[in-house]
Amino acid sequence: MSPAYGVTAVVLVLLAAVLIGAFGIRVSRTTSDFYVASRTVSPLWNASAIGGEYLSAASFLGVAGLILTYGADMLWLPVGWTGGYLVLLVLVSAPLRRSGAYTLPDFAEARLESMVVRRASSVLVVLIGWLYLMPQFQSAGLVFQTVTGAPTWAGGLLVAVVVALNVLSGGMRSITFVQAFQYWLKLTAMAVPLVFMLIAWRSGGSPGLPPGDPWALPLHGREHPVYATYSLIMATFLGTMGLPHVLVRFYTNPDGRAARRTTLLVLTLLGAFYLMPAAYGYLGRVYGLPATDAVVLTLPGRLIGGTAGELLTALVTAGAFAAFLSTSSGLAVSVAGVIAQDLMGGGVRPFRMATVLAVTVPFALAGLARTLPVADVVGLAFAVAASSFCPLLVLGIWWRRLTTVGALAGLLTGGGLACGAGVVTIVGGPYSGWVEALLAQPAAWSVPISFTVMIVVSLLTPSRVPRNVARTMVRLHTPEVLDVDRGDWRPRSV
Amino acid sequence: MEPLVAALVVAVLIGVPSVVLWRVLRGRSELGSSPAERATFETLHTASLAAPPLRAGLTQAGALKASRHLRELLGSPAIAVTDREELLVYDGAGDHHAKDAFRHAAGTLEDGRTQVLALDCVYLECPIRHAVVVPLTTEDRVVGTLAAYGDHASAGLVRAAQEVARWVDSQLELAELDRSRTMLMEAEVRALRAQISPHFIYNSLTTIASFVRTDPERARELLLEFADFTRYSFRRHGDFTTLAEELHSIERYLTLERARFGDQLQVTLRIAPEVLAVAVPFLCLQPLVENAVRHGLESKPGVGRISILAEDAGAECGISVEDDGIGMDPERLRRILSGEDRATGVGLANVDERLRQVYGDEYGLMVETGRGAGTKVSIRLPKYHPGVSA
Repeated sequence: MSPAYGVTAVVLVLLAAVLIGAFGIRVSRTTSDFYVASRTVSPLWNASAIGGEYLSAASFLGVAGLILTYGADMLWLPVGWTGGYLVLLVLVSAPLRRSGAYTLPDFAEARLESMVVRRASSVLVVLIGWLYLMPQFQSAGLVFQTVTGAPTWAGGLLVAVVVALNVLSGGMRSITFVQAFQYWLKLTAMAVPLVFMLIAWRSGGSPGLPPGDPWALPLHGREHPVYATYSLIMATFLGTMGLPHVLVRFYTNPDGRAARRTTLLVLTLLGAFYLMPAAYGYLGRVYGLPATDAVVLTLPGRLIGGTAGELLTALVTAGAFAAFLSTSSGLAVSVAGVIAQDLMGGGVRPFRMATVLAVTVPFALAGLARTLPVADVVGLAFAVAASSFCPLLVLGIWWRRLTTVGALAGLLTGGGLACGAGVVTIVGGPYSGWVEALLAQPAAWSVPISFTVMIVVSLLTPSRVPRNVARTMVRLHTPEVLDVDRGDWRPRSV
Repeated sequence: MEPLVAALVVAVLIGVPSVVLWRVLRGRSELGSSPAERATFETLHTASLAAPPLRAGLTQAGALKASRHLRELLGSPAIAVTDREELLVYDGAGDHHAKDAFRHAAGTLEDGRTQVLALDCVYLECPIRHAVVVPLTTEDRVVGTLAAYGDHASAGLVRAAQEVARWVDSQLELAELDRSRTMLMEAEVRALRAQISPHFIYNSLTTIASFVRTDPERARELLLEFADFTRYSFRRHGDFTTLAEELHSIERYLTLERARFGDQLQVTLRIAPEVLAVAVPFLCLQPLVENAVRHGLESKPGVGRISILAEDAGAECGISVEDDGIGMDPERLRRILSGEDRATGVGLANVDERLRQVYGDEYGLMVETGRGAGTKVSIRLPKYHPGVSA
């Protein structure tokens, strides 16, 4: 394949991102009409923005690659990444919005009234962010290599630099409409080639899998499939609520009800998107493509060929880079914000340093670590989120007796264990047998441990229940339209 | 590559704890050379450890945390702390004495005097034979007791207990001070809120009066706007509201001002929809807009423009109100903001003070102005601040 189209596509996407960042398309909403000016972001726009930020390289490339490699079991990935929002919808979204928290550390502080828990949450947010950013850079390298033949670090560096510039210039990310546009761009970049390929597939006589191929059978492919599947389900269903860049978007909703409606729409939008990677994986298998994350990129050229194939490949490449950029920018902003505010004391200069830190650490990790399938590493980030923030949020919202000590113990145990497993998997390995299964998919044991520790320690330290728990609970659970006493402002007492 | 990474991980895992340990040990050895010096430092250090938990007042949690350090200060096998109602903590040997500890304190709580009690204990090996109970007082009121338990009650122990109690008293007084400062801040915020300027009420009513004969329908509409505006401004509950509601109030305010100025007042808005849900101090924008209208435009011929801008900046939201009026002398502005000039611009100083009270000193008003150069007032508000919600 000639690199010209692909390079053009990548350059266009990068350029657009830099320009939007530099000039900050403040989608000019200048008006003298108060009614227009005070209209909040509608749930559909907000949901699209969440989708735009959420659909990362793992969704765009990784899922198809894993489905192609391991077969039907991997369908749980897209199912879980969508289903996580169901759990979020039912248990978390509205109370979280009503808490007024902007970030996860904010929630920890609002609910537990403790700076120590806040700091611990900040550290975990940073770790999850780094773990999530690392595979984004790795796949950027992979895509860039597939398209141009450059060494793997080049693509990662490109994305890292653009993301850093973007965040430093303060543009792009915060604007809901830009992120919402990203969702529709990714959807288009996946859907248009798929339509063409399906036509080509039909006209080729709709070939199926070779008879006797066990690919489509469930619980098959990897070692210990039952354990791995349940662990995956646990990580993805419970981990979504702990992703720092997703939660900040909920703040844009005017109230708890809107937060629920937004989540419902996110479910729909993601459901629509995730139908496609499965189709890519299936077609890749049918046409016998090599099993890597690059299948999404190589498939259009393989099936269609000629200039049309090149153009479609360019479109997919553009979509992939949009995926890297939007997710990485969102994550980098969240991570940098937390580092600057909670670990460096806030201000403009610390934010710049924090941004550099937020981007360089995962970039360095991406260079050092062994190359794993992108979706697997992102899965580890989900596992850490599921074993630290899921218990914090669920118990924090639904259980009055959660104590400061309990929350801290749970966060540190669960987060620590899952993080440890992740680090060992990434830098060490590969291992074999149960060790590999337990380390690569830690959620099935780390989440229950985290919940247990949080509950048991809370029950053991009943004197450490936050003082204003009743007031906080009223605030979290009463709809905004009800006129109840939610308490008055008190100065922070630390 | 992999051995390198493994070596790095091991280095970090071993390195960080050993550095911490080394610093702790070094800190110990720096406590002075002679035993007397070291003892002094140790005592001061123990006292400083006991201080923070006591700064929350005489509470169960605080007493629990401080008890170990207090026992170390006294050098006695066990201590007990009570308030006026119950035993807060019994710490040290001889747990079976805990249930009687509050009874031991009863006398001291009664008359506020130090008491030395001889206890009988059925256990032979129990080191608790005597108790020295000293009162804890703030502002000449006995608020609790501190009891040191030991096998004998020497004059030294009595003296030490009294000194430690006096030190605890001073911490409790500081706690009291903290509490009153907090209450003062709350009271100030409440006193500062919602100051609608009398000028505006007077001007609005005269404007409406001028329409009553010529255009009664318009007058009625304006009067309803005025009613809505005052209902919002004089509401009783809540110190915070959302930016969206605050904008609604400004809209009503400007409708009334437009009735007065007609086309001479032009307003542009640029509001990022992401920040409409941010909780803002009640009536923190209206004074800024009012200031722009009064000091920017009233005394200027021709058309006056005001632009109101709210933008999203990560964890904060930035709001600015700008006018192209006659501007202000920076020196006068300084006097207004520091409260020396009370004649005009009470609104600005008030907003500035409230923002600082709630969010801290780095969140005050930022004003850019000069004679004839218009005025731009900007504020930054964190999207989340503990205790702040609309």
